[in-house]
Amino acid sequence: MKLSNIFSRRNRILLRELVITDFKLRYQGSVLGYAWSLLKPLFMFAILYVVFGLLIKLGSVEHYSVYLLLGIVLWTFFAEATNQGLSSIVGRGDVIRKISFPKYIIVLSTTISALVNLTLNLVIVAFFMLINGVTLHWSVVLFPLYIIEIYILALGLAFFLSAVNVKYRDTGHIWEIIMQAAFYATPIIYPLSLVVAKSEFIAKLLMLNPLAQAIQGARYALVTHETITAANLFSNVIYMLIPFAIVIFIFIAGTLYFKKNSKYFAENI
Amino acid sequence: MAENEIQPAISVWNVNKSFHIPLEKSGGIKQKLINQLKGRKGYRDFQALKDMSFTVKKGEFFGIVGRNGSGKSTLLKIMAGIYTPQKGNIQVNGALVPFIELGVGFNPELTGRENVFLNGALLGFGRREIEGMYDDIVDFAEIREFMEERLKNYSSGMQVRLAFSIAIRAKSDILLLDEVLAVGDEAFQRKCVDYFYRIKRSNQTVVLVTHDMTNVERFCDRALVLNNNKIMGIYKPAKAKMIYEQLNRDTKSGTDKFKLEKRWGNREAIISSIKINQQSGGNITVNQGDPFEISVKTESKDDKKIIVGLAFYENDGTVMSGPNSYGNEFMANELMRYKVKSLPLNPGDYNLRVALYAEDHLTEYDHIEEALKFRVVSDKQCYGKVNLFGVWDSSKSGDEK
Repeated sequence: MKLSNIFSRRNRILLRELVITDFKLRYQGSVLGYAWSLLKPLFMFAILYVVFGLLIKLGSVEHYSVYLLLGIVLWTFFAEATNQGLSSIVGRGDVIRKISFPKYIIVLSTTISALVNLTLNLVIVAFFMLINGVTLHWSVVLFPLYIIEIYILALGLAFFLSAVNVKYRDTGHIWEIIMQAAFYATPIIYPLSLVVAKSEFIAKLLMLNPLAQAIQGARYALVTHETITAANLFSNVIYMLIPFAIVIFIFIAGTLYFKKNSKYFAENI
Repeated sequence: MAENEIQPAISVWNVNKSFHIPLEKSGGIKQKLINQLKGRKGYRDFQALKDMSFTVKKGEFFGIVGRNGSGKSTLLKIMAGIYTPQKGNIQVNGALVPFIELGVGFNPELTGRENVFLNGALLGFGRREIEGMYDDIVDFAEIREFMEERLKNYSSGMQVRLAFSIAIRAKSDILLLDEVLAVGDEAFQRKCVDYFYRIKRSNQTVVLVTHDMTNVERFCDRALVLNNNKIMGIYKPAKAKMIYEQLNRDTKSGTDKFKLEKRWGNREAIISSIKINQQSGGNITVNQGDPFEISVKTESKDDKKIIVGLAFYENDGTVMSGPNSYGNEFMANELMRYKVKSLPLNPGDYNLRVALYAEDHLTEYDHIEEALKFRVVSDKQCYGKVNLFGVWDSSKSGDEK
């Protein structure tokens, strides 16, 4: 896998077609079609907002509804990229068995589809921001960086999981459980300030998770400066770097594992 | 350029490929743990390709034939880069497009048009290129009015026609084809044959895996015959056809050790064992002048009269002797013996050919060209071809009376 080959003409063509196909096929046969990828996070938001925002009143943060929506949208992106990525190689088994082409294109195409969905969902977030009268700060420029961070993390995991899934089809179920736990371990519905109030140590522990750090950062950049970020929480720079180190480690390890195993996908699927 | 012409299109060196065949149905983590605890491997190795080496020349139409399970498709997939060999190397010079199956990536939920672009992308064509040849593709497939319908509403014949139309647009130095001609109605089959004649005339290199010996004879310059996951050899089409047909007949015979290319006959009766002085192989050495016995065992479903023919060859092909059993009324399923009191052949290496004929002396049941080799040795000085075992004596000259 020479770097110059990664985006050779043939691979670009293939990547493009796979993303387009993915797009066309996803809501094939449904009446609302692509609207579902917007409606699903919106309904999830509505449910969580009613339960945690209005009934339990977790919303001690400014613009809690936008704050919650952004968290859900980013989480949905991460979940979609890893879930679709996980099953992408096995799902394209028929093609892999019959034609030789770089397998990473498949994983890349599913994560890019997730990225396209994220973009659409961010339009809704922008709409909500407008309604709620959120004022933008200079920190907006940081927002894309957090998206990139989440994307790299999801891509690394998708590489790893898709390769493992070729060997063990249990992977999907295990990942589902992990994601359920991770949803609550990440400050998405509850503001991190609630955890800090109980135990600062646990809050710090949670923020070592790159997903938590990135989502909090993105909220800080876009929604409200009341958001507790890694920079607020950790006085030591070393701790602030740990989430990034985790992202880089997962990406490199996932890519290498994928590369090592991809030679044998055709016969193992 | 001149160097390029000499360079083969595909070179295969000592390629070995084996697969893990799981012993249990489920390949989950649970089974893996159980196997680990019990100290079992959980799979067996199956060697699909054994030490294969050959080259495909530039511009050649190269056939690969063999019975089911002989490793044809695995070999093709290795050449296509889909499988990675455990040992050995493959070198491909030029762009290669494999057709292991037509319509790779075809999705029933997409329209015919969308599938053309997707399949084209998998074959390496960009959007604009496909737009350029779109009309040709549709016309060749004869399904213009269905292009905006979903593929799942196509008949299987229409799907194949569409897939084939895209495939033949593939401009590539090397094409790998796996039995893609097996479908379609007669008119379409004719189109395929025309296409084959066309690529044969162009200077594309083609590797064709097939069961159809007509195609081998019609198109191939050479054909590689696989048997039991090994290469038997590369032959001219006519010979490849003959060997392949024998392989198909030869389902259980115990005389596998004889090289099939040197064996023929209609197999109504077969030679099941051949022995020289009770030895059926290894280094058979006979002393000149010693007794010499050849025994031939035969098998047949019914007891029929047979004639056994033997021939002793020198290495240069000279037939030293060719006795047959004509007039002996031998029957199949008998053990026949040919005995020589003292072997007259001079020291050297010899080949034995054995043949079974019908009574009419014309129908060949079984014929093995190099059935056994043997060596004749002697401690005396020998000139010529045979020892006549003459006896010398002498007397004084003029004493002749």
